Amino acid sequence: MSTIDQHSQMPSHDPHGHAGHHEGSYLTPVGGFWATVWDWCTTVDHKKIGVMYLFAILFMFFLGGVAALLVRMELLEPVRVLSDGSVVGQFTRALFDADGTVADHNNYYNRAFTLHGAIMTFMVIVPSIPASLGNFFLPIMLGAKDVAFPRLNLLSWYIYVFGSVFAVASILGGGVDTGWTFYTPYSTTTDADHWRVVFMIIGVFILGFSSILTGLNFIVTVHKLRAPGMGWFDMPLFVWALYSSAIIQVLATPVIGITMMLLIAERVFKVGIFDPVLGGDPVLYQHFFWFYSHPVVYIMILPGMGVISDMIAVHSHKHIFGYRAIAFASLGITAVSFLVWGHHMFTSSGELAAAIFSALTFLVAIPTAIKVFNWIATLYKGNISLNTPMLYTLSFLFLFSIGGLTGLPLGALATDLHLHDSYFVVAHFHYVMMGGTIIAFVGAIHHWWPKMFGRMYNEAGGILGCILVFIGFNMTFFTQFILGTRGMPRRYATYLTEYQDLHVISTVGSWVLALGFLVHLLVFAHSLVAGRKAPPNPWGGISLEWEVESPPPLHNFHHEPIVKHGPYDFEHVVPPHCDPAEYPVHERDPNRAH
Amino acid sequence: MASIHTGEPAKPDLAQAPRWQTYRHGHHWRNADDEFDAAKMGMWLFLTTEVLLFAGLFVAYAVFRMKYPEAFVAGSHHLSVKWGFINTVILLLSSFTVAYSIRCAQLNKQGLLKLNLLITIACGFAFLFIKGTFEYYPKIMEGKGPGWFFSYAYAESPWEPIWWGLYYCATGVHALHVIIGMGLLFWVYLGARKKKYGPTHYTGVEITGLYWHLVDLIWIFLFPLLYLIH
Repeated sequence: MSTIDQHSQMPSHDPHGHAGHHEGSYLTPVGGFWATVWDWCTTVDHKKIGVMYLFAILFMFFLGGVAALLVRMELLEPVRVLSDGSVVGQFTRALFDADGTVADHNNYYNRAFTLHGAIMTFMVIVPSIPASLGNFFLPIMLGAKDVAFPRLNLLSWYIYVFGSVFAVASILGGGVDTGWTFYTPYSTTTDADHWRVVFMIIGVFILGFSSILTGLNFIVTVHKLRAPGMGWFDMPLFVWALYSSAIIQVLATPVIGITMMLLIAERVFKVGIFDPVLGGDPVLYQHFFWFYSHPVVYIMILPGMGVISDMIAVHSHKHIFGYRAIAFASLGITAVSFLVWGHHMFTSSGELAAAIFSALTFLVAIPTAIKVFNWIATLYKGNISLNTPMLYTLSFLFLFSIGGLTGLPLGALATDLHLHDSYFVVAHFHYVMMGGTIIAFVGAIHHWWPKMFGRMYNEAGGILGCILVFIGFNMTFFTQFILGTRGMPRRYATYLTEYQDLHVISTVGSWVLALGFLVHLLVFAHSLVAGRKAPPNPWGGISLEWEVESPPPLHNFHHEPIVKHGPYDFEHVVPPHCDPAEYPVHERDPNRAH
Repeated sequence: MASIHTGEPAKPDLAQAPRWQTYRHGHHWRNADDEFDAAKMGMWLFLTTEVLLFAGLFVAYAVFRMKYPEAFVAGSHHLSVKWGFINTVILLLSSFTVAYSIRCAQLNKQGLLKLNLLITIACGFAFLFIKGTFEYYPKIMEGKGPGWFFSYAYAESPWEPIWWGLYYCATGVHALHVIIGMGLLFWVYLGARKKKYGPTHYTGVEITGLYWHLVDLIWIFLFPLLYLIH
């Protein structure tokens, strides 16, 4: 290609940008300390908002992680741990029972797992990849200056924080013990004189707005702000995944909105819609809840699949196998996601409905398997770099496949009747949600860390953290598959002594997992303080975000790019033996300054 | 001051021009048309979410109508078709005026634009006034309140509180949307007073009008379901 020869000597940033005309990166402080703080608080720059989301989400991940450690702590022994005289027991007592009014100390455990579930679902995994990395990279990958509605974007961050404050307030007030699903009549009868359940529900309602506004923003951005020359099939697969999950965000989230509103009305006015005592229908609540909360697991996993598609191609330095298949599989998952909510209610709905929902549930396996096979085919004959993002990608393939395959016995009616509400279910969704989304998220943070903060991280440290997370995760959750098949029910603070060995392995696994995340935290902190300065294109990617400086300039590009090749056309674009730092870049329109 | 005749039309004096003429689109858009299309698309997507929000209420209505038909028939008989009909007419009128206000912005009829917006807001007030004074207030006084507040002694069905719960939830959430819509319309009106909207830029009027149409449309579904079906 002639453009290659023409640009092969060019530095990776904008060839039309000239020295002395650079406006500085988006991280450049605008003035003194308070001026900079004010600038960040009022910024409409998608990159800053993405970074603010990243830190807010990681903070909530820490809170949810502490709750998870408490849950595993309680299950270390069949006797009660969370209310004994130990340090952990005193901490839990202070957190969940400050005024000493909780008669049944099993409630400590109920509150710990409710907080873990509610925080991790609504405040971590749902916004995780789209709101942080999606916000940061979607416009850059499209060659745009910003998302379609920058002010709405900032608003959605504030709404996220506002909703989280409500949820955290309910924790500080003593916690909620309904489970993260808020099933009626638990959620209408427990702690009837307390405001905490209402606060948590209000928090979830508010968080829904944040999710809707982000999704809406992304859809319009993808439709209206692609750079000249970028067709739908020239977009990185991460963008396809964000687009697919944004559709679910827009279509499913309002249903949880009205459900939470009706639940508040139920608790405050006793309108009786969900309360069986008043003539209401608790199964209707379950339908409403899962009409949102099943599609939402695809909001969680689709962006994870998106970053895996990008990471696997970039770190294999090879064209992604089956681009269109993966793109359409994302849309296929979106379509099927709305038809399978009934599989959460096999035992509470009719037999015919259960059979239909079971059949529909198996449909999800098709687009999902298409993606997995395409990723594996991408690795074949690739030039694989075994760095932290790639190790996380391989972990994802391994863990997500286990998570997906163990979903099949749960989707089949006969086996589900034995496995439902057991630790098998707990293990299954942790393999998908954590082994899938969180693993992809952490891998993607490493993948784009140099771009976001302009610093390399310590590769050895990252790999060590990844290995610890992988081992800890499998110790924690693989044991739970075995526990579940042996009959250990979920949501119990105690168990028969026969189960203790496996529970001990699981709890020790949770400590290894925590240690792994601690290593990552240290690696990131070290990188920010003393990391080597990152080049524009440390991995040799050819999508647009690797053509700008690290960290990106305030307006992303100095001049508008003109897209001439796809995001994975390594074979056509990269000349053999070319230094990644000198990869050719897209042409720029010199007449359109960004 | 003498000027050289260049053959180009005289440039408008930007300092004197109304604000809609000097409007500059957001820096991340290629042109104002893209920005306008995107704003409209965003609002349509938002309306989709609103439809799904109300869909939850309509599903609940259908479920409980099948479960307790006699309670719904009895409850529906207590509603005043007359006031419901008048409110329907008021909202339909307001939909016309808001659509007319968009047309006025396109034609640069600034006076009519403001008048139509004010009529629309007034219709919203009238709707809420009728709802509160002739429907909510007397019903609650008779004990036909939602759930906890239901104390009507002559209920024909023990499940009538559920009907009233749904009635207040559905019309209450709708009324909330009327209030939000009026707030948006007032914001547009303030903009119109500063001549923010005209033939080349009327995004605010257009998308607020879209929102107001949805408020109207939801009522068009609520009115027969709650008042007319016995």
